[in-house]
Amino acid sequence: MRSHRTETVLTNTDAVSALDKSDPCDTEVPLPPQQVPKMAAHSSILLLLAFAAICCLQLCQVSADVDQTKSGEPYTEPNQVSIERKLEKPDEVPPIVSDIDPIEKEQDDKQWQSTEEAMVKPETTKEIAPPPPFKDEFKEELVIRPLQSGDIYASFQFRTLWDTDFLKGKRVSHYHLFPKSLGQVISKFSVRELHISFTQGFWRTMQWGQPFLPSPPGAELWVWFQDSVTDVDGAWKELTNVLSGIFCASLNFIDSTNTVQPSASFKPLGLENVTDPRFLRYAMLPREIVCTENLTPWKKLLPCGSKAGLAVLMKSEKLFHSSFHSEAIHIRPVCQDVECKALSWELRQTLNVVFDVHTSGQGKKEWSLFKMFSRTLTEACPLASSSKVHVDVTDNPEGELFDLLPVSPLLTQSVVLGDRRTYAMYDLTNKDTFGSTRSLNLLVRWKSDGGEMMRPLLHSERYVAGFGLQTGEIHTLIYNYHPYRAFPVLLMETVPWYLRLYIHTLTVTSKNKDNKPSYIHYQPSKDRLRPHLLEMLVQLPPNSVTEVTVQFERALLKWTEYTPDPNHGFYVGSSVISGLVPSMVAMDTNNTRERPLFSSFFPCKEESSYFVRVYTEPLLVNLPTPDFSMPYNVICLTCTVVAVGYGSFYNLLTRTFQVEEPSAGLVKRLANVIRRWRGVPQL
Amino acid sequence: MGLLSDPNRRRALTNLLTRLNTPICVVCYLAGVAWFMGLAFEPFTLRTYMSENAMGSTMVEERFPSGERAVATGREFSAHKRKVGGMPVDWLVKTMQARGLEVYTQRFSRTLPFPDENKERYMVHGTNVYGILRAPRAPRTEALVLTAPCTEGNSNNQAVGLLLGLAQYFRNQVYWAKDIIFLVNEHDLIGMQAWLEGYHHTNITGMDWTPLQGRGGSIQAALSLELSSDVITSLDLVLEGLNGQLPNLDLANLFYAFCQKIDILCTIQGKLQRSDWDTPSGYTHAAQTMMLMVMKQASGRSWGDHGLFLRYHIEAATIKGVNSFRQYKTDATTIGRLLEGMFRKLNNLLERLHQSYFFYLMPSLSHFVSIGYYMPAFGLLAALDLWVHLGTLPPTEDGVAGEESDSSPSALSILTPVVISHMTGVALYSLPIRSQEMAVEHFPVSETEAVVLTAIAIYTAGLALPHNTHKFLAGEGTEKGWRVLKLVALLYLAVLLGCTALINFSLGFILALSMVPIAAFITPHVPKVLSATIMILLSPGFTLLYCVFVYQELQESPVSLAEGWMLFLSVISQGILDHSLYGSLVYPLLALFVYPCWLLFWNILFWK
Repeated sequence: MRSHRTETVLTNTDAVSALDKSDPCDTEVPLPPQQVPKMAAHSSILLLLAFAAICCLQLCQVSADVDQTKSGEPYTEPNQVSIERKLEKPDEVPPIVSDIDPIEKEQDDKQWQSTEEAMVKPETTKEIAPPPPFKDEFKEELVIRPLQSGDIYASFQFRTLWDTDFLKGKRVSHYHLFPKSLGQVISKFSVRELHISFTQGFWRTMQWGQPFLPSPPGAELWVWFQDSVTDVDGAWKELTNVLSGIFCASLNFIDSTNTVQPSASFKPLGLENVTDPRFLRYAMLPREIVCTENLTPWKKLLPCGSKAGLAVLMKSEKLFHSSFHSEAIHIRPVCQDVECKALSWELRQTLNVVFDVHTSGQGKKEWSLFKMFSRTLTEACPLASSSKVHVDVTDNPEGELFDLLPVSPLLTQSVVLGDRRTYAMYDLTNKDTFGSTRSLNLLVRWKSDGGEMMRPLLHSERYVAGFGLQTGEIHTLIYNYHPYRAFPVLLMETVPWYLRLYIHTLTVTSKNKDNKPSYIHYQPSKDRLRPHLLEMLVQLPPNSVTEVTVQFERALLKWTEYTPDPNHGFYVGSSVISGLVPSMVAMDTNNTRERPLFSSFFPCKEESSYFVRVYTEPLLVNLPTPDFSMPYNVICLTCTVVAVGYGSFYNLLTRTFQVEEPSAGLVKRLANVIRRWRGVPQL
Repeated sequence: MGLLSDPNRRRALTNLLTRLNTPICVVCYLAGVAWFMGLAFEPFTLRTYMSENAMGSTMVEERFPSGERAVATGREFSAHKRKVGGMPVDWLVKTMQARGLEVYTQRFSRTLPFPDENKERYMVHGTNVYGILRAPRAPRTEALVLTAPCTEGNSNNQAVGLLLGLAQYFRNQVYWAKDIIFLVNEHDLIGMQAWLEGYHHTNITGMDWTPLQGRGGSIQAALSLELSSDVITSLDLVLEGLNGQLPNLDLANLFYAFCQKIDILCTIQGKLQRSDWDTPSGYTHAAQTMMLMVMKQASGRSWGDHGLFLRYHIEAATIKGVNSFRQYKTDATTIGRLLEGMFRKLNNLLERLHQSYFFYLMPSLSHFVSIGYYMPAFGLLAALDLWVHLGTLPPTEDGVAGEESDSSPSALSILTPVVISHMTGVALYSLPIRSQEMAVEHFPVSETEAVVLTAIAIYTAGLALPHNTHKFLAGEGTEKGWRVLKLVALLYLAVLLGCTALINFSLGFILALSMVPIAAFITPHVPKVLSATIMILLSPGFTLLYCVFVYQELQESPVSLAEGWMLFLSVISQGILDHSLYGSLVYPLLALFVYPCWLLFWNILFWK
């Protein structure tokens, strides 16, 4: 295994020079299949790096893989576009004029501006920033993307960054922006990273494309502990109970039967790069139902609560009247500065919602902030150093699809999930954004139906095949829609012990041919103790469906082990597919025409591939279930059968049969006594 | 206990039973039949009631408004259907997409073992179109299905229109907790079978289909909709599925409850329910309804598209719109409201339907006979069997000992008829389809006729068996020999009927009704000619013929003898087709087990 060093760099405006260290263009070599076994660990680390990059969407966090001795899969960093453009035109002043027509702006490509840097002026930051002793900052952001299906995807991100270390030396007792409840959890349980998500609904990849932050239906929790923790299982158990209390969720149902230690699929996203899975715990509760009781504690962790800033939009009545709802918390340590001498802790709270305009709009395709959230924006959170709303207008360059009101003052472009997207941006810290009405109510009126959505390149599907209550087969289909590139993905399946997997029946086929996984990690289950864990690195041929099947047998549970609703079925959590997907931007050869020839021969590193994690559907499996409504009948019948049947058979089997003789007379008995005395045979 | 261990008392009991064998037999048989007929008498049956709590107390409000538009959509569909000359796949895909569903198609093809003359099809190619309405916040784990078959001609266009109308209305509602799959299947049962096999990724009948792209998790319940004309006067509920399986009784209760609520005339077996149960005509009506159900269930075929769902443990029923030219008319909006209500209740389900009965008979839609009540009727018939078996043995020996002591002299003489009967059964099962080409070459008949006539020929040829069997036997048949053979045959029959009745009560009951008298009286010493005639008249083949006539009689469409014969032939071909297309087990059961069993008794009659 190769050693890796991750360098995580804070890119404020002054940190741009750090980027020079990494070569922006790197030759991208597709992995030949025979190389894959060696690359397993290597690429898995890259996967996590890339995932980190996705997490950093519009924020100024760049992690760069400095190890360039071996050409691997480079990852995408959205902000690099803007930053590079800024480097090319360092003297150009970004316009912050709200009256410019966006259409005009778009026609002039030179006006594309890096916005992060432009908008976060140092002065503004100083004004809002908390007093120096705390050294923490808070940023909030809302991205709205009209989806091709007519739905609206709204993604909130709140990031709190605190330059302190919970784990070393002094005890932290004064909290400012960082929520105390979580800080205490981190220091008490020596948590290095914590990721938790609560999701209601299922992300429809084929209709909606890829989400910014994927999450499985139900609850998901994964935690990396510090390597100083000796009793990881004990800490995990306690931690889940504490989190259960904090979020009012059933996380206390996490026990050894649904906890696994993935060897490759979940790598730390933060600073330290220790990948010993002994310190990782991963659990999923597909049955968890998410409701307002989970949202309220989540909102309370925000510095402004739901009183000001973007969080005022979070009215639970509306948030849960949606097609998809997912709230998540990610805590990880990051570097404080370029040298990375000290740690900062990053808390990222995300909320993703998809609104079904069809249902709520009575068929009219029109939406506004007020329609979606029944609120409008009036101010930024006073504690936030940055507060922005982005609206994805990529599909609407000429305004022929929809009208966006009010007209955005600024457009920004970045590569998100391998696709170059254009966003109209609204800065809430700027008073002009709110206009004369002192409130911002974004409004979109559709003019025509959306065109065809570009198919997501990676898509998956899972189902149980077969019928009857004895055996079954789990099918996992992984689609690679890329026309000419093959790429490897990591598939992780966690199956509860009561489905007994016949691992010898595991088959992986693509294009009707056997596709041998280059890496398989299988941990068999133990009854009532731990689940099955199956991890595989599978190479997906271009434009193909890869089918992974494995047969199972349904166990008969003990009668106390059934849930109160046994006939509902038992859940099997989503399987997780993680991989580096070749970028769509790299597929688009027309795009290179506008660029200088020398820059367009090798695919550019930032655009060549991006990290995607796809969660499949959870499964609902029926187990053989006794009829619990008839215990009385069963007891009566059993007792009768035992008493009558068993009793008489036992009697027959153990009885010795003898021919009954009539009892001898008194004379005969006397004669026998005499004969015994004489020693002669008796009569 | 004393009975088993005390030889004296046991002997006394055996003697009593042996002595009173014949009267007990007759009394039991009559009691069984009487009990069964009593089941249709209303005071003896239970009223239906909703067992499932999730569907009971939460009455929903139905608001489906757009029946007129659904009828218009149905007309549009029929126009497109006529234009394309089959199922208008593209139009359906487009229409479903416009209603906001995720639409997928599935192509399938199937070559029948021999041409189906009833439906005029041999090489079947078709496409199923289905759209999935995703529940807003459910993770694709559960689904409900609404299907409307796209049949030839003009018959079911309204159902497709209503299905699309409901899809549009459902799409705008927010309360769905389960995905709803709207399926339009071509070639009725064959398309349904292809879709179900594709959905569950199994292949039990060797059909070719393309894999499904979209799924909704485990299907909880399904409804199939068939509307035969524009004007609907009543709705008929069809429950009988493949191999006599029935959906959970709660599904029937749900239908009945909504019919009552919305005020729609509802029937079962096409019979309205009557309130005058105490009059003879009222009783006859209920008995007819129940007998129809028994006949349909015994046939083991799927009486609607729903029947194939039952194999996958999916509760399903077919709702048939009937125009019986009454004054009372029901419009599409009302039927739409009924379906909306049923779907909303099914949507409320927290568990699979499991609370109510799976084994029942229905003398009317509001009354049912549960397994606990109808099994004694069968038990009385089967009990007769056992007494007979005791009675046929020499009085000093019990059953087991008798068999052992006899086995040494005539093991071969017992085994030969058993093996030969079963070989005939295998021939009856496998030859008709295999030899159809040969038959068509040599005789001027069509393939279908060839298959049916071959089957009948083999069946008849089996009657010559005793004479042939004896050629293989060295010695003469002894008195003990036929007794042992009869014992074997009786045990065989008892096990066979018992198992059949547990799975498909109706089939078991009808078989018991005809087979048990033969089993009881047959010995080599009865008058040969008369007994042979009686035996042939009570053989499984003739039972089937009677069933055809009785069924037609109960349907109130009596047929002449010639028509009945034609129907009989088509029933045989349908039975063979059902077996090879959908895996119905009645034909193999009759050919491989019941017929050989009957042949054993036939052997006893001609025992030398």
